[in-house]
Amino acid sequence: MSNPSKNDRYQRQISLKELGEIGQQKLKDAKVLVIGAGGLGCPALLYLAGAGVGRIGIVDFDLVSLSNLHRQVLFTVHDIGLSKALRAGDVLEQINPDIEIIVFNEKLSNANALDILKGFDIILDGTDNFASRYLINDACVILKKTLVYGAISRFEGQLAIFNHPSEAKIAVNYRDLFPQAPADGEVLNCEEAGVIGVLPGIIGTMMANETIKLITGIGNALINRLLTYNSLNNHFFEMELLAMPETGKMIPKDTRAFQAFNYDWFCSAHSAFELSQEEFEEKIMDKNIQFVDVREAGEAAQPEDFNHINIPLSSLKDQIPDIKAETIILFCQSGKRSAGAAEILSKHFGKSRKIYSLKDGIAGWQKSK
Amino acid sequence: MQVHLTLFGQLADITGKTEMILHDVPDTETLIKTLNEMYPSLANAKYAMALNKKVIKENTILSGDNNIALLPPFSGG
Repeated sequence: MSNPSKNDRYQRQISLKELGEIGQQKLKDAKVLVIGAGGLGCPALLYLAGAGVGRIGIVDFDLVSLSNLHRQVLFTVHDIGLSKALRAGDVLEQINPDIEIIVFNEKLSNANALDILKGFDIILDGTDNFASRYLINDACVILKKTLVYGAISRFEGQLAIFNHPSEAKIAVNYRDLFPQAPADGEVLNCEEAGVIGVLPGIIGTMMANETIKLITGIGNALINRLLTYNSLNNHFFEMELLAMPETGKMIPKDTRAFQAFNYDWFCSAHSAFELSQEEFEEKIMDKNIQFVDVREAGEAAQPEDFNHINIPLSSLKDQIPDIKAETIILFCQSGKRSAGAAEILSKHFGKSRKIYSLKDGIAGWQKSK
Repeated sequence: MQVHLTLFGQLADITGKTEMILHDVPDTETLIKTLNEMYPSLANAKYAMALNKKVIKENTILSGDNNIALLPPFSGG
């Protein structure tokens, strides 16, 4: 804090007696990761960088599009088609070159999440889907990281601090509040339901505010509490959360269990997924999997590399009882009919079976070999 | 003995109401059953329930007047 120009930058907040030089130093020492540089992430990033949080990580795999600009305030028309994470990093660098910004231009998954999260103390979840939200929660529980949660739906927003021990040493996590992921279509995303840009602006800014309070120890942060804000009538509703003993059993115990947990599967009402050629190759020798060729009889030469049965798509509905395995891999010539077949089976079996369709079909797989 | 019910997010869309008053509800299980009969789509919805601003997870006897809130998860960002 010896450089006067740097002091100038933070002068207005240092002069708050609750924050002061000590608080500013705490901000400088803090490491905060923002996942999702979207409607919530953009305002949160702006204010965290402005406040002088010493290390800020940004995770996003998406590209800027025109329909983002009404709420994703870090971007301009010149950024359309460019990486959100990289562009956000550039803008923050211009706002505050004194802080370290680490950009992760990739999709957060259970393969990379623990490695990315472990370099930070506080994690902000500004993602837009349940699979990511459960994944981030579980990673925070495994790594014992504080999670600042924000989410929106139409005109309402939710805000909470999870997995941060209270004075009574109780740390509530997202699964304590919502143990079951909603079914597909039960909860609409912003694309389907619509959103006014101001709402994520408010909630994202509140996420930054809670983060600054946590770091500096000022005020009364929303630990183990959920705040709901309604932008139409300006009602705030706050409630106390409870840690549940059974939640611990739902969360993967360690790195290995975490990486094996299928979050898309957990957060989907259906059970059908596309299988890449590499994944298909890995599973080919698995005797517990039933492989089903859904092409019509005599349409093409049968693959001889692995055991399979033939059930043409046209008679699939009648032959469902022939499918007995818990894991089923469907294939056809190009991947289109098998995707349709997967949907039929998924509707029939619900979540009781794992159903996969080979992407790009047997033709794609044979070509890749 | 009455329940002042507040509904958030898509639960308000299902019921068409953000607030409701219900009478003679002995416990929270009966409340859920009554609501599911009134609004069948609610039966499949997932939500957390707060009694007087504290989350509850088990059936709870209701005496006197109570505020109950039903909060669904949001995913948008």
